[in-house]
Amino acid sequence: MGLTASEWQAVWLTLQLAFSSTFLLLILATPLAYWLARTRSWLKGPVSALVALPLVLPPTVLGFYLLVAMGPEGPLGQLTQTLGIGTLAFTFQGLVIGSMIYSLPFVVQPIHNAIESVGQRPLEVAATLGAGPVDRFFSVLLPQARAGFITAAVLGFAHTLGEFGVVLMIGGNIPEETRVVSVLIYDHVEALDYAGAHRLSASLLIFSFTVLLALYLVQHRSNLRTDFRL
Amino acid sequence: MNKSNGLIARFQQSFSGGFNLDVDLTLPDRGITAIYGASGSGKTTLLRCIAGLQRAQSGFLSLNGLVWQDAQRFVPTHQRALGYVFQEASLFSHLDVQGNLDFARRRSRNRDQDYLKNVVAMMGIEPLLKRSTAALSGGERQRVAIARALLSQPKLLLLDEPLAALDTSRREEILPYLERLHEEFEAPVLYVSHSLDEITRLADQLVVVENGRVEANEALSIALTRTELSISQHDDAGVILEARVVERDDQWHLIRAAFTGDSLWVRDNGDSLDTALRIRVLARDVSLALEEPGASSIVNRLKAEVEAIDETADSAMALVTLKLAGENRLLARLTRRSVHSLELCVGRPVWAQVKSVAVLR
Repeated sequence: MGLTASEWQAVWLTLQLAFSSTFLLLILATPLAYWLARTRSWLKGPVSALVALPLVLPPTVLGFYLLVAMGPEGPLGQLTQTLGIGTLAFTFQGLVIGSMIYSLPFVVQPIHNAIESVGQRPLEVAATLGAGPVDRFFSVLLPQARAGFITAAVLGFAHTLGEFGVVLMIGGNIPEETRVVSVLIYDHVEALDYAGAHRLSASLLIFSFTVLLALYLVQHRSNLRTDFRL
Repeated sequence: MNKSNGLIARFQQSFSGGFNLDVDLTLPDRGITAIYGASGSGKTTLLRCIAGLQRAQSGFLSLNGLVWQDAQRFVPTHQRALGYVFQEASLFSHLDVQGNLDFARRRSRNRDQDYLKNVVAMMGIEPLLKRSTAALSGGERQRVAIARALLSQPKLLLLDEPLAALDTSRREEILPYLERLHEEFEAPVLYVSHSLDEITRLADQLVVVENGRVEANEALSIALTRTELSISQHDDAGVILEARVVERDDQWHLIRAAFTGDSLWVRDNGDSLDTALRIRVLARDVSLALEEPGASSIVNRLKAEVEAIDETADSAMALVTLKLAGENRLLARLTRRSVHSLELCVGRPVWAQVKSVAVLR
């Protein structure tokens, strides 16, 4: 099943996108999930709803608003222009931001649940044993919520791989810049190149299945299942 | 000795739901202080405020002159040299027993190998070191939790009902370790409990907490003789006497335990002469006679004087405080009818017959 040069390019771009979005999302989602797990503020409800929004909205709606926001007249576009980096629409950076928003619930939820199930007690114990806040995070919370973080990373990664609507809306179809695998499959189908579409679709299918299978096997073995639930 | 030695804790905190914590405590810098009270009386809240796990709206807290909380500062828990043992052993599930101990040791000032060995030996946990925490019994978990707390080199040890989650036999298994702790650990220990049995075995000082307030704070031996405290209504109410072995009766396997002014014969548990003993006499095991009793199966009879009679707490029973020859006191629980028929009154000399005496340690 040989891929063409442009297909390899799309695969490479897709992996880059998935890795960078997942990495940035983990950094962003961890404090957010921690806050959601601990806060008693009235903001918890609205923030949870916002985080879950990408689950129910059509990606095109999300992509449309992002496109508007990133455009020269949009708030995000104004900001990036004042910072001297131009607008983000139809760029790889724009795609990363779009993917992060699109995959946010898939990363926040498992971490949130894991932090909640660890509870306050182990952290209190660690404090009485002389561990400061950062120490407690790395030596107690992270290892005890490990399964949640692994789930979050895998789901965020796999979900970004399959993104289509948001990419098309804000990224278009620029080779080496924004043309990811899902978009290329669409191109192939449009051009009636079903063999090409098959090659990529099957690769994506097998890859996603393998990743998810590995995740469930790991969760099963470590017996630390952190359910992904809303 | 500096006046600021020991623990000074003053907290005021009102909680939603109407509960108020309002305490002002000064505690000795050595020995075990028991904090006794019904559930919901604020014992655990008090302990959490002392640990800094909870922040009282206003308060002052100092240990041996070192201020942990006042109007300006609030030292966070991890910077307070304290150990905390929770009711349910909270061992880290992602670490084995050794890992749990190392967690504390790596963060303490003294990483002395000998100290580690001592603590491990004191709690009897050498055989458990390689085990996973899930493979421990409840009692073993608590022993590991106590050892872990000790390894952080605390200047204050807080134990929140460490035996409450264990069944009776596990409790008996762990009490000797706590007694050892009492002998070997030099910093003050606060021991929250609602078990009079544990308290009389372990504590030196008793703090009674009720509705978020301190009802009493004094030496255990004195507090136990005070009939106005709620513990004296307990079925197991009684006094403790600090005694010394002065005589051995090999034929009948008894020893004579002498305390100031008098002595009692107790079962010989093999303690050598001059050993210090803590003995306990329950109020329900003491009966009174006006004249020296004649032949009786009761070995122990003490000359005493009625100091107070409390008939208020129960419609049928009265609690009589007796003063022994040397300032020590006994409590006797009698029916109110007996009080009436013996014409007991304050100042009346009586003979106290002690049916049974328990040697606590």
